[in-house]
Amino acid sequence: MGFLDKIFRPLTRSEPWGVHPDERKRPASETPIRRLPPPPLLYLPLSQHVGAAAEPIVRIGQKVLKGECVATAKGNISAPVHAPTSGEIVAIGPITAPHPSRLEMMAITLRSDMEDRWAPLEGLADPLARAPEELARRVAEAGIVGLGGATFPASVKLGLGHRSRIRTLILNGSECEPYLSCDDRLMRERAGGVIRGAVLMRHATGAREVRIGIEDNKPEAIAAMRAAVDGHADVQVCVVPARYPMGSDRQLIIELTGIEVPAESRAADVGVLVHNVGTAFAIHQAIDLGRPLVSRLMTLNGEALAQPGNYEVLVGTLVEDLLAFAGGVRGEPARLVMGGPMMGLLLPSAKVPVVKGCSGILALSATEVARDEPGPCIRCGSCTRACPVGLLPLEMNARIANAALDAAVALGLHDCIGCGCCAWVCPSRIPLVQAFNHAKGELAAHERDKKRTDATRRMAEARSERLEREAREKAEAAARRAAERKAQKAREAAESAASNSEGAPA
Amino acid sequence: MLVAVSSLTVLGAVLGVLLGFASRRFHVEGNPVVAEVEALMPGSNCGQCGFPGCAGAAAAIAGGEAPATCCPPGGKALAQSIAARLGLDIDLSAVADAGPQLAVVTEDICIGCCRCIKACPTDAILGGAKQIHAVLHEACTGCGNCVERCPTEAIGLKPVPLTLQHWVWPNPARA
Ligand code: SF4
Ligand code: SF4
Ligand code: SF4
Ligand code: SF4
Repeated sequence: MGFLDKIFRPLTRSEPWGVHPDERKRPASETPIRRLPPPPLLYLPLSQHVGAAAEPIVRIGQKVLKGECVATAKGNISAPVHAPTSGEIVAIGPITAPHPSRLEMMAITLRSDMEDRWAPLEGLADPLARAPEELARRVAEAGIVGLGGATFPASVKLGLGHRSRIRTLILNGSECEPYLSCDDRLMRERAGGVIRGAVLMRHATGAREVRIGIEDNKPEAIAAMRAAVDGHADVQVCVVPARYPMGSDRQLIIELTGIEVPAESRAADVGVLVHNVGTAFAIHQAIDLGRPLVSRLMTLNGEALAQPGNYEVLVGTLVEDLLAFAGGVRGEPARLVMGGPMMGLLLPSAKVPVVKGCSGILALSATEVARDEPGPCIRCGSCTRACPVGLLPLEMNARIANAALDAAVALGLHDCIGCGCCAWVCPSRIPLVQAFNHAKGELAAHERDKKRTDATRRMAEARSERLEREAREKAEAAARRAAERKAQKAREAAESAASNSEGAPA
Repeated sequence: MLVAVSSLTVLGAVLGVLLGFASRRFHVEGNPVVAEVEALMPGSNCGQCGFPGCAGAAAAIAGGEAPATCCPPGGKALAQSIAARLGLDIDLSAVADAGPQLAVVTEDICIGCCRCIKACPTDAILGGAKQIHAVLHEACTGCGNCVERCPTEAIGLKPVPLTLQHWVWPNPARA
């Protein structure tokens, strides 16, 4: 098997992975970016990034200006939060999270004064002459996270560059999810800013070259970016075939560099770093203009929307306000999704805020979400062919159905990127990705349980040690006191004997 | 007098040697399986399982008298590792139902009597005499030992709130 595998591996690899879902990017992708005015209330979650939640540094009733920091980063992997407009802090407390669980998360509520006044900003003069660390610090202070949806603090990833010798910096402009076109619009309308961001990031990471991957279904974006690149010899725009999930880090790295990142390692380990084009633009704004991340581009799309399009939205705006601004919805949307239809999150209601990692809001009609009831697996193998990582979704699903999670891990569950290709092609409509997400969550919970049990054992041991020590100390103290009493008695006896003998008549 | 003393001494010595010999000769090893299961246990001897401590629980599980899921602080992870060790099939849903709990002190009733501190197997309670006590959430296993000791019912168990970080996608229904 191993031998045959070696021969056939290159053949199977060149077989096209992934799927071609209906794009549905138009007409939203053809409308220019519109700017949303500040809504009356903004809700700023403290945890809009991977890592520790930010810590509020404002009081209720405090007035803030646009761009002022309202919560600072806590710990090494975290990101601060800034006021997206000027106004007054009116609450700090739990709100419903933009998450299918319907759970709550902590957030700062800001009442807009409708003036949208910026705090004094200061860009960094001549950043390319500065130390890379200084750029990374600026990016950290601006609260920039991966805007492709991963929301990993961007400065931490930039810092990786120097620790692990990055050769190639990849900018991800593939935007492979159906319905979404905000990266496309960004590259068409603000190509100069994206390229500037790329140059700054190249300096911050010490990378030798920058490659920008754009899918071939965005000819206008490719042309605009090529025009903007002019004059930067080490920045290159690369056209990649449109195929889902081209925007997954590992797939894009293979496509652009030919390097396959080993399962257990990170892209940085093979000298590559991938950032989203939106992140590059945000970094340009933070360093050249001193603007923190307070707004981003989002696609509003779906059949239930009156005016699909791309909007520049303040972070913390309620989905409700957003939809109302975009002409409202026709009837009740069957489903509200944050992000793309393949990997996005189902929203519990429209009364949740958009966050830094939100690339779009989809208001889908009943016809768009219609999906048959799941049937039994017919072992057609479609899921296996579609999986970009080369896993066996049907087998993993069967293991998970029997609660044999370890067997699913042995089949490569941890390499699953949750792209949803398998579920998308499955003729039996089996919710495969949900099964994998469930299993990953259960495994993480087990890991936490195990750590807790170990900690309990340590604490119980520490306690019995303490009890023993205390008993020993008590016994020792008692012995010491007894010895002292004895010595005292002996002394007294000796003294009285002496005084007796002294007092005796000579 | 001398006869009585010496005969008893001799008797004692002979029996002592005999006993010592017998204890070596007929020594019974502790059940190694029980010891292994016990090593997996949290070791806090909190008693939530209904046995007098982890050793008792380990013996009962190894003997088949208790399910591998009987230890709430150990959770699913422990149940699985025990089941793997003993080759058992277990129903993990039984563990999930209970849900983790934490002790919480109602501050205005706590009189600072320190009784709960002595009862806690993991030293999770902080506080001195006549001071309001507090529970370290990281250390509390939710065993409830402290609840029974409190004279003013100031300490009680509350379910641990589910957070976004701990939420798990439900297992989808399959055909
Ligand atoms: S695509 Fe669906 S039906 Fe076909 S093998 Fe995979 S899980 Fe089974
Ligand atoms: S198994 Fe995971 S990586 Fe493979 S297609 Fe399914 S979701 Fe994508
Ligand atoms: S419930 Fe668990 S930790 Fe507590 S005594 Fe029983 S086995 Fe030990
Ligand atoms: S604080 Fe109470 S419930 Fe928690 S571990 Fe200690 S005794 Fe048990």
